[in-house]
Amino acid sequence: MSALLQQRAPQKASSPTDPPKPRTSRGGGNGRPRRENLAAYGFLAPWFLGLVFITAGPLLASLYFSFTDYNLIGDHQWVGLENYERMLDDSRLHSALSVTFVYVFVSVPLQLALALALAMVLDRGVRGLALYRSVYYLPSLLGGSVAIAILWRQVFGAEGLINQLLAFFGVQGPGWVSHPDYALSTLIVLNVWTFGAPMVIFLAGLRQIPRMYYEAAAVDGAGPMHRFWHITVPMLTPIIFFNLVLQIINAFQTFTQAFIVSGGTGGPSDSTLFYTLYLYQRGFGAFDMGYASAMAWLLLMIIGGFTAVNFLASKYWVFYGD
Amino acid sequence: MATETKAPASTTERTRSERTRRLLIHVGLIGFGLIMLYPLLWMLSSSFKPTAEIFREPGLIPWSFTPGNYTEGWNALQYPFHHYLLNSAIVVAGAIIGNLIGCSMAAYAFARLEFRGKRLFFAIMLATIMLPIHVVIVPQYILFAQLDWINTFYPLIIPKLLATDGFFIFLMVQFIRGLPRDLDEAARIDGCGHVRIFCRIPLPLSMPALATTAIFTFIWTWNDFFSQLIFLTSPDMYTVPVALRTFVDSSSQTSWGPLFAMSVVALGPVFGFFLAGQRYLVKGIATTGIK
Repeated sequence: MSALLQQRAPQKASSPTDPPKPRTSRGGGNGRPRRENLAAYGFLAPWFLGLVFITAGPLLASLYFSFTDYNLIGDHQWVGLENYERMLDDSRLHSALSVTFVYVFVSVPLQLALALALAMVLDRGVRGLALYRSVYYLPSLLGGSVAIAILWRQVFGAEGLINQLLAFFGVQGPGWVSHPDYALSTLIVLNVWTFGAPMVIFLAGLRQIPRMYYEAAAVDGAGPMHRFWHITVPMLTPIIFFNLVLQIINAFQTFTQAFIVSGGTGGPSDSTLFYTLYLYQRGFGAFDMGYASAMAWLLLMIIGGFTAVNFLASKYWVFYGD
Repeated sequence: MATETKAPASTTERTRSERTRRLLIHVGLIGFGLIMLYPLLWMLSSSFKPTAEIFREPGLIPWSFTPGNYTEGWNALQYPFHHYLLNSAIVVAGAIIGNLIGCSMAAYAFARLEFRGKRLFFAIMLATIMLPIHVVIVPQYILFAQLDWINTFYPLIIPKLLATDGFFIFLMVQFIRGLPRDLDEAARIDGCGHVRIFCRIPLPLSMPALATTAIFTFIWTWNDFFSQLIFLTSPDMYTVPVALRTFVDSSSQTSWGPLFAMSVVALGPVFGFFLAGQRYLVKGIATTGIK
């Protein structure tokens, strides 16, 4: 071992204050970092290529295309703000926005409330926790698939499972997915159904709350409601915040379910025309790439805006203890 | 079930009420679980029912057992269903290999090496996790069209090899940071270069993170519809989700029996991976928080 150290000694000679420890001085500014630079850029080479051609590059390119008129055939023409001006008068875009907003702001709070409620029940040392957790988590893995969307289309169809069950009670249900007033709610139900993923995160968070807080509160005579609002909720706010940001971002990008349930149209009467579905129709149905790019940037602004507002607001309600 | 736990009467009042409370919790949890899973179970059972019965029978027992749905569904489209399964398998395998190679390389650099711009690049990498694919899909499509890659599997696999799933880089960075540095240092003193250190030490020690990456990549790519719908344009290249979608479109009078049968086939592998990889899945979500 000492022979090895001596072999290395010349390399480190430029920093005489360093005792010859078998640790490399990281970022010491003496020849060594340069070699690491090269090695690091080598390891990052695929990622750099991905950044240029798949993520950041296309992100900037789509900003450029949003100021052009381009249908894939022929050249793109610079049209300035025309695509953005068209958005102001596009009534389908407006319904896409309102459908998506309703979906996000109804389904995400419901989903998180259910996730938290079940996590709290499961956190009380229930026997068979792992089994329950798996069962509740399963829909999260399947929820985004075409097969589940197909199932939903049948279950909420005019003669689907729900209406068969309602018929037992003598109720004649409507065709949920084919009625403009109800179609969106079936997709909200689908999103709430996938509450398992945030539930698992809540469970992990609940584990972190020291038991002694509850014991101390119980000694002081605090009831269950009191303990929930004054211990569980404040201690869990970072996790609630995390889940909220994540699920809002996810919900804004919902596509598959709406596409399959409406057969790609966003119908009936645009009641399930999600933002991404309309973007797909403009970009890959009508090949109006300029307009689709402008829509993409509006989506980025909306998601970025909501995330930023969330982060700013978090200062007032998220409690980071030590 | 309810009668079973009422039996022991010799216990004190207190533990008895405690037991009843626990029993009620279990009854509630099981009942809720059944409601959650009922649509799935019903689809499985309905895939063995004649189509007419699917619309009459909300129960779980296929009274007139019809395995023919599977053979009918298998051959209902232009190609037999195993053609689409094979396509999906190729895409998924490519995506897994790509993610394992590309993301672990990037993760090693971020977790272990010092280089100029590290903080900036790391921040950019984290930001790309939140980048919706819909925002970059148009220029990607234009690029892949110019490379003549539309209707091939390249647009679905090459981006993975280029480590564009930042989520997995982050997962592996967290994991590698948790490994002791001593081994790396020892290997370095023994004269190993970075490539050998990477292949011999952090990579094999990161098996749990690699397994989590493989499982999530499998499930997400297998279920992915948006990019496969856009990049795969002719039926011989269709993957399972895109093929299922044409199934819905092709028949205005949808034959739900065969359609359900093929949906069950499509969900099968995900369910299998879920059973096999539960441990990694739960840990993966708990530590990083994405479904």
